[in-house]
Amino acid sequence: MSNTEHGSDDAKYVIRTEEMNLWYGTFQALFDINSNIKEGIITSLIGPSGCGKTTLLRSFNRINERLGYVRINGSIQIFDKNIYDGDVELSQLRKQVGMVFQRPNPLPLSIRQNVLFGWHIHNEKSERLSRSEQNDIVEKSLREVVLWDKVKDRLNDKATFLSLEEQQKLCIARLLPVKPKVLLMDEPCSALDPKGTEAVEELIWRLRGEYSILIVTHNMAQARRASDECIFMLMGKMIEHGGTEKVFSDPQQKETADYIEGRYG
Amino acid sequence: MSSNIYAATDLNLRKQKNEKILRILFLMMTLMLIAPVLIILITLIAKGGPILSSEFLFEFPRNGMTEGGIFPALLGTIWLVAVSLLVSVPLGVAAALYLSEYSSDNWFTRLINLCIINLAGVPSIVHALHGFGAFVIFAGMGTSILAASLTLAIMTMPVVIVATKESLQSVPHSFRVACWNMGATRWQTIRQVVLPNATSGILTGIILEVSRTVGETAPIMFTGAAFFLPFLPESIMDQTMALSLHLFVVATQVPGVPDALPYGVALVLIGLVLLLNAVSIAFRMYLRGTKKW
Repeated sequence: MSNTEHGSDDAKYVIRTEEMNLWYGTFQALFDINSNIKEGIITSLIGPSGCGKTTLLRSFNRINERLGYVRINGSIQIFDKNIYDGDVELSQLRKQVGMVFQRPNPLPLSIRQNVLFGWHIHNEKSERLSRSEQNDIVEKSLREVVLWDKVKDRLNDKATFLSLEEQQKLCIARLLPVKPKVLLMDEPCSALDPKGTEAVEELIWRLRGEYSILIVTHNMAQARRASDECIFMLMGKMIEHGGTEKVFSDPQQKETADYIEGRYG
Repeated sequence: MSSNIYAATDLNLRKQKNEKILRILFLMMTLMLIAPVLIILITLIAKGGPILSSEFLFEFPRNGMTEGGIFPALLGTIWLVAVSLLVSVPLGVAAALYLSEYSSDNWFTRLINLCIINLAGVPSIVHALHGFGAFVIFAGMGTSILAASLTLAIMTMPVVIVATKESLQSVPHSFRVACWNMGATRWQTIRQVVLPNATSGILTGIILEVSRTVGETAPIMFTGAAFFLPFLPESIMDQTMALSLHLFVVATQVPGVPDALPYGVALVLIGLVLLLNAVSIAFRMYLRGTKKW
């Protein structure tokens, strides 16, 4: 592991993978992934299409398993617990590790119901909150994503009628009421226009610190300006992991340098 | 002066002529298809229309079914359809939920789907004999509304399953992924996101199924529908009259029936079906109007 200028050496790690391999059927998509991802910062995953960065991201909340033919060995520790152990409840894992998608996917409910959805599915019916407690949750979450002022007067409108940028912010906001520790983002800005991209990037930067954020991106400029550390992947292997500035200005591996200079990808 | 390089050639002209001929040919085929529908409707309204009245709908048949109304048959059909729905809708929707939301694509699921397709293809007379053997005799229900309704339910179940499945699958997959990623179970996902957005489609399918059930004759003939009954059924273990069988009886089995009577029965029957179809179409339009994505 290359040392970085960010954080001290005893920084806590939020995700550690050891000798992790992943197969889709007989196709091996990830090879011997060893990584230590630090808590409270933004780590970007870059690499050409098909390099396995999205696959890696998706194994961190085990959403890959829905495909049925996915096989994994090695271990992925999140907060020092192997999430592939038998005593891990998927619902609890996904409460801690939320995901934001490339295409904003708000539920076909009102803005308010979208924000409260996660809270409702993780709590007993008998613990239903009073109206004012619910309002507090909605307001707090929407303020955190800088959406409150824009939508406070139309909380009961369908979320699917918001602009893409607002939808994506809402998709982040609805993760927050259940207090996740890790946010996984799969190219969160690629469906947005430049202005929306800027706004969502700013938002992600605001969330840094309170949440550990992993962001997959195709956009190298984005990785450079919006992440603390950077992981470069190629053909299912992790090639380089280090401070973003260092990876971009002084890459240690030839493949990284070639990719950053735009020789392929 | 330059010549027109875009002028039609002989080949173009011949193609245009063929186009015209084909267009007319296909139009005529289409008209031929709707002709029977129009002829049936016009004949029924012309010959059966005059006999329609509230007495016709709400009175018992009299004089060996040559006079009076069709009330017991109308009521019987409603009984049969209602009881069969009570069985086929919960079972069919549950099966569709399993196939669409829970099962994975393996040989077992494919086998079930194959069975459903085959069930939909079984002729109604075979369903009738199965119902007679299984419900009337083996289960000891005798000829009764229950036995006939169960037979109808089995027959129409594939329609409910297929319509429900299609309706569930029209809800975009991304909503499910979003729910699962927040830690929702499958049931929470179904209950809160999938079903609310599929309900109108499911209802449309059910109504279409009802309109089919209303007209079935063979399956109820051996299992619960009677030629003539002077009283109304008191429970689902009684036999009943039914519109479809009544039409068959007054049209072919009873001497001395006035011409207008069978036409009137047929008109009520087809009116019921058209009414249900209209409701179903209205539902679909309502559904399109409230698309939430």
